[in-house]
Amino acid sequence: MSPHTSPIVDTQNDLELTERILAPDGTRVPNPQLDRWIADIDFQTMRELHRDMVVLRRIDSEGVALQRQGQLGLWAPCNGQEAAQIGTGRALAPRDFVFPSYRETGVMYTRGAEPGDYVRMWRGEDGAAYDPSRLNIAPLQIIIGAQTLHAVGYGMGILHDGADEVAVTYFGDGATSQGDVNEAMIFASSYRAPVVFVCQNNHWAISEPVGLQSQYPLAGRAPGFGIPSLRVDGNDVLACMAAMRWALDHTRSGKGPAYLEAVTYRMGPHTTADDPKRYRDDAELAQWRERDPITRLEAYLRAAGELTDEHLVSVQKAADDVAREMRAACIGMQTRPALAVFDRVYAEPHSGLQRQRDDYAAYLASFEEA
Amino acid sequence: MTTMTMGKALNAGLRQAMLDDEKVVLMGEDIGTLGGVFRITDGLKDEFGAKRVIDTPLAESGIVGTAVGLAFRGYRPVVEIQFDGFIYPAFDQIVSQVAKLHYRTQGRVKMPITIRVPWAGGIGAAEHHSESPEAYFVHTAGLRVIAVSDPQDAYRCLRQAIASDDPVLFFEPKRLYHHKGEVDLEAPLADAPPMGLARVVRQGADATIITYGAMVSTALDAAAAAEDEGVSLEVIDLRSISPVDYETVSASVRRTGRVVVAHEASREAGVAAEVIASITEYCFEYLEAAPVRVTGHDIPYPPAKLEKFHLPDLDRILDAVDRVLDRPHSLSGADAKGDQR
Ligand SMILES: Cc1ncc(C[n+]2csc(CCOP(=O)(O)OP(=O)(O)O)c2C)c(N)n1
Repeated sequence: MSPHTSPIVDTQNDLELTERILAPDGTRVPNPQLDRWIADIDFQTMRELHRDMVVLRRIDSEGVALQRQGQLGLWAPCNGQEAAQIGTGRALAPRDFVFPSYRETGVMYTRGAEPGDYVRMWRGEDGAAYDPSRLNIAPLQIIIGAQTLHAVGYGMGILHDGADEVAVTYFGDGATSQGDVNEAMIFASSYRAPVVFVCQNNHWAISEPVGLQSQYPLAGRAPGFGIPSLRVDGNDVLACMAAMRWALDHTRSGKGPAYLEAVTYRMGPHTTADDPKRYRDDAELAQWRERDPITRLEAYLRAAGELTDEHLVSVQKAADDVAREMRAACIGMQTRPALAVFDRVYAEPHSGLQRQRDDYAAYLASFEEA
Repeated sequence: MTTMTMGKALNAGLRQAMLDDEKVVLMGEDIGTLGGVFRITDGLKDEFGAKRVIDTPLAESGIVGTAVGLAFRGYRPVVEIQFDGFIYPAFDQIVSQVAKLHYRTQGRVKMPITIRVPWAGGIGAAEHHSESPEAYFVHTAGLRVIAVSDPQDAYRCLRQAIASDDPVLFFEPKRLYHHKGEVDLEAPLADAPPMGLARVVRQGADATIITYGAMVSTALDAAAAAEDEGVSLEVIDLRSISPVDYETVSASVRRTGRVVVAHEASREAGVAAEVIASITEYCFEYLEAAPVRVTGHDIPYPPAKLEKFHLPDLDRILDAVDRVLDRPHSLSGADAKGDQR
């Protein structure tokens, strides 16, 4: 028997989301729930959000190019998810701590990642791409859903410390099927931990459509755990920011966890190793191209007379600069020496590993003598 | 010195660790008000409060996964897995997260998590309540694996495990929880032998029995019985099964030349296999006979009424001793049969 996959939450319905501030064509739609959370966002800030998304898309395309050129083993594109990542990421305070999946390039960007940070893991130089305490981001997580529990544990620590901080975790629609994500919601709810769950529903878990993970909107699950949720247009950067501000405010004010489902679309392959042509049709992609988060904000700003061609050129140049730095950092990386494979497996000396290290060192030294 | 059960010694160890370091928090199912199903955390919630003795929802991956998040924030969680057979739902968080984060982050994130496991058989328990999963964790880099065998060791090693910046799988033999022994509650931790050191619990000259956990007392019984037959057995309690203290082990094997390794866990790719392979590498020229394993069978843990046929007992150990001493034993003549296969 094959599972019943015809989705109730189908792509058509998802295109008609109500929780948005900008319609796909860039017109401003009033949203009684969200508007107040972005009342202070002026055109200058919107231009910054726009620039962030353009830079992110450029970082992403450079990642793909570097992989194609053999510089990276793999890359997980976030093309199409710029609004979800920039909008929510820009709402965070520096002291908040993020537990991401592997696709959160944009969240890294909002937290001040350096060019090399985006690629170090994918190039295979390091297990974690950056110092977590520098960016306040845990290492990118490959095990689907595992990071959500880490965020909740961290949130329990925040509670225990009485600190004014929030733990945030990002995960995909596929991840919501994992036990860990459900256990995380239970723990978060039971302890009222200050955690914001951000589900980026990009419609696909590799080749599996969201309808196979759920026959019901994913944001609808959270209230069952006692966690309030919002389902927003994930391609509307203002809506994402507003919703995230709501969630953070809810959580910061001691009311416990909050949950967002940002409904977006992964426009490229799952990773550079994937071939989406095998499982999804061009019509669906075309439909979502019309909802591109960057052109949407551009259309709005242009209509308002707040975007010039000159500005766009300067933004593109800034994006190219970041991409160039990222490429240089990538290609310039030095692989650590052979014995470094033994470093830091343990915090304290481990006699078994020490013996292996000594043996391997002697083996390597034997080449030098020869 | 105070006489107390291993259960009480563990309780005292937890209490002292919590007094020593306010970052130590306990987590697990039923550990608060009830004091744990084995009462190891008895009274600690009253003393330290519900914020430090955390009753958790019934989800093992959730318990270990949230402990990871607490460790990210500088806490030192001590997790209780209610029974050995229920550690498997937490397996991913243990081997993929707890074990690896220090390495992945080049030491920037520490995982000083102690995972306490009421462990192994011999108590006539229900299904899934008597398992010996230690080999899974010994096979995983980044974890330390400790098995205790008496109240004094339990008290001391538990405090060392909690103080360690590395994650520790801490196996507590259920069948010893009510065994009594002398415990020195005052001895400074700094003076104690490190957690990774094996100890010679009985000296002998003819063969070495290497074991850990509840099997230590079985091995001591075997050694006492052998003495009546004029055979002198040395018994080593590994204490730490990752890393194994091969200095102590090798020193013994070099004197006796004969080795039996005994444990409750199943045989294939188990700890005994690893220990014997290493002994063979390090002390081959000292060996007078092929080392022999005495282990549980490669079967699912049997029903309570049958567990006595699975667990190595004194007689099976003595039979193995006869083999390494080239004395008549149950398999005498089997080699000839083997040749014909
Ligand atoms: C526990 C686990 N199972 C399987 C995989 C292989 N895998 C990697 S990504 C992926 C799909 C994840 O989809 P989703 O959660 O929707 O996130 P997305 O990649 O779409 O952002 C799978 C199955 C994995 N990394 N971890």
